[in-house]
Amino acid sequence: MASLNINGKEYQLDVPDQMPLLWVIRDVLGLKGTKFGCGKAQCGACTVHLDGVAIRSCTTPVSGAIGEITTIEAIGNDPIGQRLQKAWLDLGVPQCGFCQSGQIMNAVSLLRQNPAPGRDEIIHAMSGNLCRCGTYNRIIAAIQRA
Amino acid sequence: MESGPKDRLQIANVSRRRFLTGLAGAAALVIAARWDLVETAEKRKYGAEGMPGGYTDNPNVFIHIDPDGTVTVVNHRSEMGQGIRTSNAMVIADELGADWDRVRVKQAEGDHSVYGNQYTEASRSMRQWFDPLRRAGAAARQMLEQAAADRWQVRLSEVKTGVHEVWHEQSGRKLGFGELAEAARTLEVPDPASLILREDHELRFIGRESGLINGVLETSRPKAIDGEGIVSGTAVYGADVPFDNPLYAVIARPPVYGAELGRFHESDALNVPGVLKVVRIEGAGLPAAFNPLGGLAVVATNTWAAMQGRKALKIHWDYGPAEDNRSYTSSAYREILEARAQIPGEVIRKEGNFSKAMEGAHQRISATYYMPHLAQTPMEPPVATARVQKGNAEIWAPTQNPQATRTKVAERLGLDVTNVTVNVTLLGGAFGRKAKPDFAIEAAAIAQWFEGRPVTLQWTREDDLQHGYYQTVSLDHLEAGLDERGRATAWLHRSLSPSTMSLLKADFEHKSKVEQGMGFNTTPFDIPAILLENPPATAHVRIGWIRSVYNLPHAWAIQSFAHELAIAAGKDHRAFLLEMLGEDRKISNRSVGDTYNYDEDPAIYFIDTGRIRGVIDRVAAESGWGKEMPRGRGLGLAFHHSFGSYAAVVFDVEVSEGGSLTIHRADIAFDCGPQANPERIRSQLEGACIMGIGVALLNEVSFENGVAQQDNFDRYRIPRMNNAPREIRIHLVENPDEPMGGVGEPGLPPVAPALVNAIYAATGKRIRRLPVGDQLKG
Ligand code: FES
Ligand code: FES
Repeated sequence: MASLNINGKEYQLDVPDQMPLLWVIRDVLGLKGTKFGCGKAQCGACTVHLDGVAIRSCTTPVSGAIGEITTIEAIGNDPIGQRLQKAWLDLGVPQCGFCQSGQIMNAVSLLRQNPAPGRDEIIHAMSGNLCRCGTYNRIIAAIQRA
Repeated sequence: MESGPKDRLQIANVSRRRFLTGLAGAAALVIAARWDLVETAEKRKYGAEGMPGGYTDNPNVFIHIDPDGTVTVVNHRSEMGQGIRTSNAMVIADELGADWDRVRVKQAEGDHSVYGNQYTEASRSMRQWFDPLRRAGAAARQMLEQAAADRWQVRLSEVKTGVHEVWHEQSGRKLGFGELAEAARTLEVPDPASLILREDHELRFIGRESGLINGVLETSRPKAIDGEGIVSGTAVYGADVPFDNPLYAVIARPPVYGAELGRFHESDALNVPGVLKVVRIEGAGLPAAFNPLGGLAVVATNTWAAMQGRKALKIHWDYGPAEDNRSYTSSAYREILEARAQIPGEVIRKEGNFSKAMEGAHQRISATYYMPHLAQTPMEPPVATARVQKGNAEIWAPTQNPQATRTKVAERLGLDVTNVTVNVTLLGGAFGRKAKPDFAIEAAAIAQWFEGRPVTLQWTREDDLQHGYYQTVSLDHLEAGLDERGRATAWLHRSLSPSTMSLLKADFEHKSKVEQGMGFNTTPFDIPAILLENPPATAHVRIGWIRSVYNLPHAWAIQSFAHELAIAAGKDHRAFLLEMLGEDRKISNRSVGDTYNYDEDPAIYFIDTGRIRGVIDRVAAESGWGKEMPRGRGLGLAFHHSFGSYAAVVFDVEVSEGGSLTIHRADIAFDCGPQANPERIRSQLEGACIMGIGVALLNEVSFENGVAQQDNFDRYRIPRMNNAPREIRIHLVENPDEPMGGVGEPGLPPVAPALVNAIYAATGKRIRRLPVGDQLKG
């Protein structure tokens, strides 16, 4: 039995302790905005927030997800999230878009800790998030614009 | 015109009767046809007309207008990041006169008898559909105008279309699109030949620059169709379709290509909580074509349980049928290719007398280049959902090839094609991997065990890297002679790579005509003696293809070698390239033995060396080619033409004493003829730049005893943000009167050689084996 707080809602779920948060979010709760890209903390597609900080949900067991979890579906309620979403659209960041929920979640976490990051700080914070379409330069520009 | 999407059957009849001139029949050839072109090219049709399913420009197929004025554009090509859902809608909306805010896009299901060809690859969505979709938009506009003229009892010529409304000049009367839709849809579709397309100055979207241009946001951009869904997590990719009570599955596949399922205990998996069933998937044997590899599926109530169940299985594989592939080791194979590259191979193209020209040469240069297997690794691994119910199958998949998916699923389940529906989701990247329908067939093969229940078959990243359709490994050996004035007089290129055709015919050891035509026999240099040869190379894994396909190794070798020759000749690289290209001329693809030409008409699409010069000149000017560079820093150049387009790239790089590389800037000049949506052309080229950096520096799938040695992004490395150039600058060359070229792929081939040439300029170190990896250290 796991109790989870996701996007402000409480859930009591009958799932194994070791089940990664990613699969609870996707398959059990049906929130499909958080993506599976590697399952091994290599790509960042599965990034969500735990108490406002970016974590990889694919390697976080559900039993370790104690606190407030936020997924991409709710990040528009956050002023930083909103600004980033707008910058993403203004600059046409997404190509296929598959990595972008993870990118935005990580970028929100970054801006929360560092409201005006320099280019190198952005690269340092964001290099764990892969984008096979190669939108990196636009992501940097969008974070600087947000 | 339709007032809603409901009457599709009727539409199909209309389009069949009047517009589908290109129905090609034989659905089984959907995929194979394109890889099997031989010398029958004389009888071929070209462009959209020559594709399976042909094309249609019937407005009733693509445009629906609701009474409230909402315009729904049906998009029949797969969206995989190139922006086609937005760009196709823009083309139609521009001709139609629609207000962009009132345009919606509906994705077509797989059925090329209704929509025309849907196979989204070879950079041809816009190249082949720009004209038909413009005509569809123009026809719909004219039908709305006719409906208004009828209503007002005036002549058609007195009626004009504004934005989302039609008006009568003399009386000033107006009617909105929604008010006219009902009447317009009953009208006869105008003859395509009679349509008047909009003048250039009337266009609002087509060819208009918008959005971010080289790092500066000067203009706003019409909103991307899927943008909001993407940034809010509601966009629907392959694994995101909501279902009641779905099941999830993963498959244990044979570690070596061709091995088969041996002993196992299904209880090992069934003991894992959540696992419901273990299902044997029949493989197709060798060669596998586009069929599943076979193996054992584990079906569970969630993806993780399925993965745990698979992990618990101890499967003994039967390697008997895979004996030959089990000895496949990349390092040894490379030595085989190197040895074969010393021996003359099948002659692909011959002009002049190479050996004689070499004898007379003042300088003789030779070099051999290697590019390993690559994996496409779209961020979304292959995934598909299938539901089999009462003799019908429904598929939801991120597929580049919905028609083949439909045909192959029907074949596998023994159903009639009409009993199979293929819904195309967004593709989380594809790059050629999702052109193959194997993963949807797997999902269907599992779902038939669960009548009425949707089953999502998920590939993990490990599955993707270990059981892929790998881009070919390639070895290219080149020799050239220079005269006393440093001009190239002799050129030999022996290119060895297993063929994609080995998927269909195991002993196919030479490049197919399609593969030759991807930058090999189309070499554009004006050299008196040219000899192109193709010694044999055997495939030991599934050879698929990645974005830009065989252009990738060919451009890498040719553009690297051309730079080596320039250095040997003591000439500026750019000047040397222009000298080798000779006078501007249009080379007929046929004249160099290329019967592929990306399926385009050789009387329209040429190898145009003037356009090559154009992109070289432009990129040179924009990058400051020829300027003094500080120590440890250098500029590198390369060009390539493919898919009807021309690209040249200059990199500005710096390499430290310790061998660490900084990419300061990439400049890319690009000429694709007319530009439909420049904003997405730029983003595709930026993406190609990043992907090409990966090809140059990082990507490699290597095999030991038939098993891929990379299984996730820790070992199969692709570019991260810290590999991106500080700046990428895209320079679009205006050439609106030329035939339209492709966009998704042609930017990629010159990237790796330009980067490696820049590394040479910075360090004097020549890299001939990709990836660069740590070759710069020490
Ligand atoms: S899926 Fe979690 S980091 Fe890749
Ligand atoms: S936009 Fe496609 S992976 Fe990032």
